Amino acid sequence: MKKLLAFSSAIAIGAAGWASANDGLMAEISNPDQWAIQTGDYKNQRYSQLDQINADNVGDLQVSWTFSTGVLRGHEGSPLVVGDTMYLHTPFPNIVYALDLANDGKIKWKYEPKQDPDVIPVMCCDTVNRGVAYADGKIFLHQADTTVVALNAETGAVEWSAVNGDPSIGETNTATVLPVKDKVIVGISGGEFGVRGSVTAYDINSGEQVWRAYSMGPDSDILADPEATTHLGEPVGADSGTNTWEGDQWMIGGGTTWGWYSYDEEENLFYYGTGNPSTWNPAQRPGDNRWSMTIMARDVDTGMAKWFYQMTPHDEWDYDGINEMILTEQEVDGETRKLLTHFDRNGLAYTMDRVSGELLVAEKFDPAVNWTTGVDMDPGSETYGRPAVVAQYSTEQNGEDVNSTNICPAALGTKDQQPAAYSPKTELFYVPTNHVCMDYEPFRVSYTAGQPYVGATLAMYPAPDSHGGMGNFIAWDNVAGEIKWSLPEQFSVWSGALATAGDVVFYGTLEGYLKAVSAESGEELYKFKTPSGIIGNVMTYSHGGKQYVGILSGVGGWAGIGLAAGLTNPNDGLGAVGGYAALSDYTALGGQLTVFALPD
Amino acid sequence: MRRPASDITIALALTALPLAAVASNWDDQAVDPAQFEEQVAVSYEEDGRYYSEEDIPTYNIAEDGTVDWLTFNGFRRYHAECHVCHGPDGEGSTYAPKIKNSAIHMGYYDFFDVVVNGRQNGNSVMPHFGENRNVMCYLDDIYVYLSARGMEAVPRGRPAKKEKKSDLIREAEDACMG
Repeated sequence: MKKLLAFSSAIAIGAAGWASANDGLMAEISNPDQWAIQTGDYKNQRYSQLDQINADNVGDLQVSWTFSTGVLRGHEGSPLVVGDTMYLHTPFPNIVYALDLANDGKIKWKYEPKQDPDVIPVMCCDTVNRGVAYADGKIFLHQADTTVVALNAETGAVEWSAVNGDPSIGETNTATVLPVKDKVIVGISGGEFGVRGSVTAYDINSGEQVWRAYSMGPDSDILADPEATTHLGEPVGADSGTNTWEGDQWMIGGGTTWGWYSYDEEENLFYYGTGNPSTWNPAQRPGDNRWSMTIMARDVDTGMAKWFYQMTPHDEWDYDGINEMILTEQEVDGETRKLLTHFDRNGLAYTMDRVSGELLVAEKFDPAVNWTTGVDMDPGSETYGRPAVVAQYSTEQNGEDVNSTNICPAALGTKDQQPAAYSPKTELFYVPTNHVCMDYEPFRVSYTAGQPYVGATLAMYPAPDSHGGMGNFIAWDNVAGEIKWSLPEQFSVWSGALATAGDVVFYGTLEGYLKAVSAESGEELYKFKTPSGIIGNVMTYSHGGKQYVGILSGVGGWAGIGLAAGLTNPNDGLGAVGGYAALSDYTALGGQLTVFALPD
Repeated sequence: MRRPASDITIALALTALPLAAVASNWDDQAVDPAQFEEQVAVSYEEDGRYYSEEDIPTYNIAEDGTVDWLTFNGFRRYHAECHVCHGPDGEGSTYAPKIKNSAIHMGYYDFFDVVVNGRQNGNSVMPHFGENRNVMCYLDDIYVYLSARGMEAVPRGRPAKKEKKSDLIREAEDACMG
């Protein structure tokens, strides 16, 4: 009955000639029984109203059913549930399954694109894909080879497809898409190949390109207005996407856009972050390299930028700024404000006013972070909004061919893409983090289209003088800028978190555990070891009056590269190497969905 | 004997080799160092580069642990170009083989060929680096480093002590990188 109504309302909208998928999708998203887009909702809170599974009974959780994806690579993202159907994606070759939840998970349809395997080696760091999105009766898949496909949600038939990039010059995709109003907004990967990052909007019904906004380049490319677009309250001025680069370097400038996007309906703005400037050798690209490493707020209809905030000018450590922007409404100094909270790779958690782009809080969310003493918060200062760089850890100041040691965090960041969750009940953020430091030696590289353009060598190891593990799962107060509690983990936490109205927070670990902890105290309430390491995101849905929790297992991604054989600290001296835990001692390849529920 | 040149001209010439010349997939097969001592033993030195009796580039580790320049530089270049798939120190990842062992099992010419031309085994793909100066200009370095790793002649991590970079190595690098 519900499905029928949704279908007829879609027809009504179509007949009116008003191509808005917004109302339909808004309704699908706000139904807590479903999980319609990867981020749970447009605010990226990853919070569910479901409370059948709660802090009192989560200890009784059991495996309800499982599904093997048939692919043995890193499984990021999560399945979706819309009505009676679960939509499940895989890493390359990017298969999509539609599973009938009313019929014991029977496969309704399967879509497997034909993709040139030449795309595989130009994907930095495994062939992950962070999942499909639902809108307007379609499932949207952004394939590794940058083809965006709209599939009929009922049949799996291709309704349209569009090519967003060119893998032969290193342009690939790992991210999900943002369906919003009458558009599908997509990003691009390839910062390690000298790709110039962009976001592109396609018409949700036809697949025609509507606008594209580059991360750097002339104003007409970056869709910025010299007067109206601001950086910390000041107009960015003309040529802001080229005048902090030497010559034409912006053309291979990086700033790719492979993270999670959020959307504020009232402001008609969407939010995302841009990645590292290419190359990793800072000496080869003098200047601030705008607008790499930047939080961006753009108009959904036109792509025009309302405001930017560059977190790490002239990156020297590969601290991509692509992590999710979580939108909340909270009280700050007695006044309710529309906030944006972002946990950056650089180890700082930023709280901003998402309407004006004003910076409110910038604090370390791992005490190990040492490359900066903090961000200048004085609006009157010349260095307002800039992080103060500690000379000892500056790979720019130490220079080419010099090994800068003991920099925290490592290039993979205090947190990578694995998304945090927010509970409006506790007003806390639950953040999966890395507790890893590095040595970094930049050197000269030459650019060849379609070939890696890296220019630094790295050694990574667990944060020294700490608990010896490589991760923490923390609860963060974004107004105070403080850690509330922190759970040490043996490995980096590479799984997206889920918070629920049942006062439970879920996350996965690289050994393969699904864990449930108390939203209040962090106390562990449940854990279960799934068949392979978890780099996917926990989701929840309800079917037939019963709440389920789903998680993909399948180790891989950056974590599968760095941790498979274990890390070593070269500064410990000869003989001590190999002393840290190797992931290969705990788990092996896999590709499985595990769904949990309470016993009947 | 002249050393096998490591410049791009030779790399391109090698691209003509039929794929059949590629050794079978050794993947993670362990290396018994005793079996390969002869293959990697230093026969002579030329301007800071070391060669085996077969004129194959090889590593040289002094008693105090000082490594030759190529081994050190191979460590650096490996961890820029190769480790995103093959893991730290040639130890492999969840989807790419322990290449430190491959270097020993395949030998110089097959190793060279696969790096230049790439190869594919289902959804497992080794890219071709023939046009990439950041790899091709340092292929001997990377091979020598991985050989040393495969033989466990150097431990994991950054080599602590290294020989100086010779003038000829510097000149060859400048010429190759352009």
